[in-house]
Amino acid sequence: MATDTFDVIVIGAGHNGLVCSNYLSRAGLKVLVLEAAAQAGGACITRSFSEGFAVSACAHSVSQLHPDIVGDLGLESLGLQYAVKNLKTIALSEDGNHLSILGERVEGAQLSDSDRQAYGIFYNRTKRFAAVLANLAGKCPPRLVEGGLTEKLSLFKLGLDIRMLGKTEMREFMRIATINIFDVLEEQFENPLLKGAISFDAVLGAHMGPRSPNTVLAYIHRQMGSLFGFAGPALPQGGMGTVTQAIARAAVANKVDIRYNCPVKEITIDHGRAVGVVLQDGSTYSAAQIVSNADPGTTFKGLVGYPKLDSGFARRVENIRTKSDCAKLHLTLDGLPEFTGSSDAGQRMLIAPDAAYVERAFNHSKYGEYSSAPAMEILIPSVHDASLAPQGKHVMSIIVQYAPFMLRTGWDTQSKQAFTNIIVQRLARYAPNLPGLIIDSELLTPQDIEQEFRITGGHWHHCELALDQIAMMRPVYGATRYSTPIEGLYLCGAGCHPGGNVMGMAGKNSAAAIIKGRST
Amino acid sequence: MNLKRNVPDHDERMLLNTPFHSRLQKACELNEWEEWKGYKAPVIFTDLAQEYFAMRNSCGVFDLTPMTKYKIEGPDATAYLDKLMTRNMTKQRVGQVLYVIWCDDEGQVLDDGTIFRLTDKRYRLCSAGRHMDWLQCTAPGFDVEIIDETAEVAALAVQGPTSCNILQGLGWDGLENLKPFNITHFQFGETPITVSRTGFTGDLGYELWMPPHCAEAFWDKLMEAGKDRGIMPIGSRALDMVRIEAGFLQAGVDFVHAETTVRSGRTRSPFELGFGWLVHFDKAHFNGRKALYQEKTQGSPHQFVKLDVAGNRPAEHAFIYNKHKKAVGSVTSAVWSPITKTNIAFASLETPWGEAGTELYAEIYFLRELKWTREMVKCSIVEEAAYNPVHRRAVPARCL
Ligand SMILES: Cc1cc2nc3c(=O)[nH]c(=O)nc-3n(C[C@H](O)[C@H](O)[C@H](O)COP(=O)(O)OP(=O)(O)OC[C@H]3O[C@@H](n4cnc5c(N)ncnc54)[C@H](O)[C@@H]3O)c2cc1C
Repeated sequence: MATDTFDVIVIGAGHNGLVCSNYLSRAGLKVLVLEAAAQAGGACITRSFSEGFAVSACAHSVSQLHPDIVGDLGLESLGLQYAVKNLKTIALSEDGNHLSILGERVEGAQLSDSDRQAYGIFYNRTKRFAAVLANLAGKCPPRLVEGGLTEKLSLFKLGLDIRMLGKTEMREFMRIATINIFDVLEEQFENPLLKGAISFDAVLGAHMGPRSPNTVLAYIHRQMGSLFGFAGPALPQGGMGTVTQAIARAAVANKVDIRYNCPVKEITIDHGRAVGVVLQDGSTYSAAQIVSNADPGTTFKGLVGYPKLDSGFARRVENIRTKSDCAKLHLTLDGLPEFTGSSDAGQRMLIAPDAAYVERAFNHSKYGEYSSAPAMEILIPSVHDASLAPQGKHVMSIIVQYAPFMLRTGWDTQSKQAFTNIIVQRLARYAPNLPGLIIDSELLTPQDIEQEFRITGGHWHHCELALDQIAMMRPVYGATRYSTPIEGLYLCGAGCHPGGNVMGMAGKNSAAAIIKGRST
Repeated sequence: MNLKRNVPDHDERMLLNTPFHSRLQKACELNEWEEWKGYKAPVIFTDLAQEYFAMRNSCGVFDLTPMTKYKIEGPDATAYLDKLMTRNMTKQRVGQVLYVIWCDDEGQVLDDGTIFRLTDKRYRLCSAGRHMDWLQCTAPGFDVEIIDETAEVAALAVQGPTSCNILQGLGWDGLENLKPFNITHFQFGETPITVSRTGFTGDLGYELWMPPHCAEAFWDKLMEAGKDRGIMPIGSRALDMVRIEAGFLQAGVDFVHAETTVRSGRTRSPFELGFGWLVHFDKAHFNGRKALYQEKTQGSPHQFVKLDVAGNRPAEHAFIYNKHKKAVGSVTSAVWSPITKTNIAFASLETPWGEAGTELYAEIYFLRELKWTREMVKCSIVEEAAYNPVHRRAVPARCL
């Protein structure tokens, strides 16, 4: 049926798939994007869930969108506007004595001078470390062995970046990069709210507690946002879908052919080379290069299939850590809740009163249970954006940790209701009038996220961001640097370097690798 | 004081006995045993030369129960094996045996073996090493079940020019018509026995696969049937001689199982072992395909050769030199072949020193009246196995 011919087929119109196709088409390639969902955006969309309300269904704030992408694609002129930028992080305290953080500034909660000073040092130090990652994020990671000259230079540059931190800083980088955030916080701070807030940011989206290895790395990864111009998170006007709509518009303007409701069933492989795709409905498309925005698990296990991959590689794919503990709760409210001791419910609020609280919350998920006292990130975007809720009403978007992907008793309406109750009761400790305001609620467990967004395990980053799964090892040996063991098949999603969040660099770097792949 | 306890002596190895053990023990006059995959296996029964000549002139019986055996069964068994093996497995008929090798992702040989297609959906894989991990690792995506049946199948190799006649003596009429690498079934009383015309000796010979409960009775019957035709149990040492004569490589000796190597450059690809003919690119995906295709187009670092070594001293473990006196490889197996009167060696050489016609020397050390002596002995590369008699392949089998 398909008579059109394309140079490249991109599977998935998540923000990375769209960014990738933009750059590909700007290089003169004819690009077809096939998206399973009815709209663009993947995990970065705005949708309704209750009459008259809309919410950012998965990702709910922008804190890492790369300025190059905004500039290159002209997203601002294509509709990307923020309702608010640089939200403060308010670490909530039950007694109303909250802590407020923005950039290197922190105040409230009877913070000691030494803590304030220590935080400034910590913030700037992790920002310098993040700059090393940010540099690396802007390009294809170097090959570990047998690289060409450019890669050797790139590896050298990475070494140099680390070295340029200075002797003391380099030593500190090497020291803390591999330990856990809990120990680092114990060394440097006293205030429990401060430690709670930092530790929360170090475990967000991961199957980790503050005492887990890789949490410092995760925190530094998150800090990259500060280098991309986000001292605090920003809320796009109209929700997160605004970002991906703008990228999709740019793509269409660049003559990318985007087709929705087109779930790909299979990548066609001929003698080790990807030559096309088969859709769920049986229609086929061919192209010399196929790019997958889907996560590595979906791509290799689902679309390629283990029989077509070497056994050792298949085993490594199977062992990629994709376990998510991150749930999303959406509440529609008949008014603005009042948080004890706070007059500004429009900021980013955290329930993470201390690091041990977060660790204890994590403990449950290790054994297939949801937290009895969960940690949360709370946004009420309708405070800044009237388009999301009817006048006088509000929509609340909460990231909740921890809710294991595999709940021991199984996720069903009953367990979801029980967990929703736990969350609401916890919220009521901080905003006593909240329960009375709730009109409607929607809980997305990791399983729901997997279902709705087609992300294996429902994982924030498609697969865990950890030392063994980053940079030139991401997502897995054999499929690094956007290429795969199948010739002509590439990856461009969050599962690649430099990882998830609405950033766009995976898509951009991947496009560069694909363009390079065509010339060789 | 009697301290006798029901535990082994501290230096005694706890080895399994095969179902034939009572008979092996009785016959093993030298009491010389070795460990073979956890089993106790005889090295020599009475006399190496006798055992060797039994296999070449009459009939040797070798207990191969310890050989690893996997049952591979399921609707996708063929597709599964086709991915596992470098060979095109879709062409194997029911009742046929194939020699196979399989590789890791890098196209390096993990092991070799024989695969028996017993029914449409059921196979038996026999190999030197244990591979459950890799077999399981290859299974995702296929509807197939893999079971280690090593202990459930007792096996004997009955090899040599009189083997067919001896087995006919058990009432197995028509055995002579069984073609090489084919399978048939016979009865032993109530018990079915699977018979394949296969072996590791390069001679006429059969391998018999039976349930362990009939092992001892069968052994007795076989020995009785063969007593006028020179039947004799043989140990691993004699088998090693004949398999080198026949040109058969032994895993773990002539190449290292890729997954057990520690140092880089010690593994070998099929091309580097002379198994290029077993690699079929024109089929569905198989492990190591990409790496092997690249190697095929770009060339291999090593070559495997059969050597005819001057003199009569086996060139065991010898370095091989080129004419510039540069070491270019070493011998992996060597034997003086009594029947062909040649001095045979297998060697793994750096490319291109394994090309036919290359001038090579083996460095052979030997002790002569308490004095070590070194000799540089000329060797030439030969294409054919030293021993390859017509009766090995003849159908109907030649009966003596
Ligand atoms: C609960 C949660 C909260 C988060 N919050 C934030 C946040 O606040 N800020 C932030 O920056 N990040 C956040 N993230 C992370 C962020 O959402 C992701 O990292 C990011 O959206 C990944 O983008 P992507 O384009 O790589 O992949 P995706 O957005 O996952 O896009 C992949 C696309 O491929 C499509 N696809 C998959 N399979 C097929 C197929 N077979 N055929 C056709 N199409 C297919 C999917 O439908 C999807 O559209 C959050 C993640 C989670 C899970």
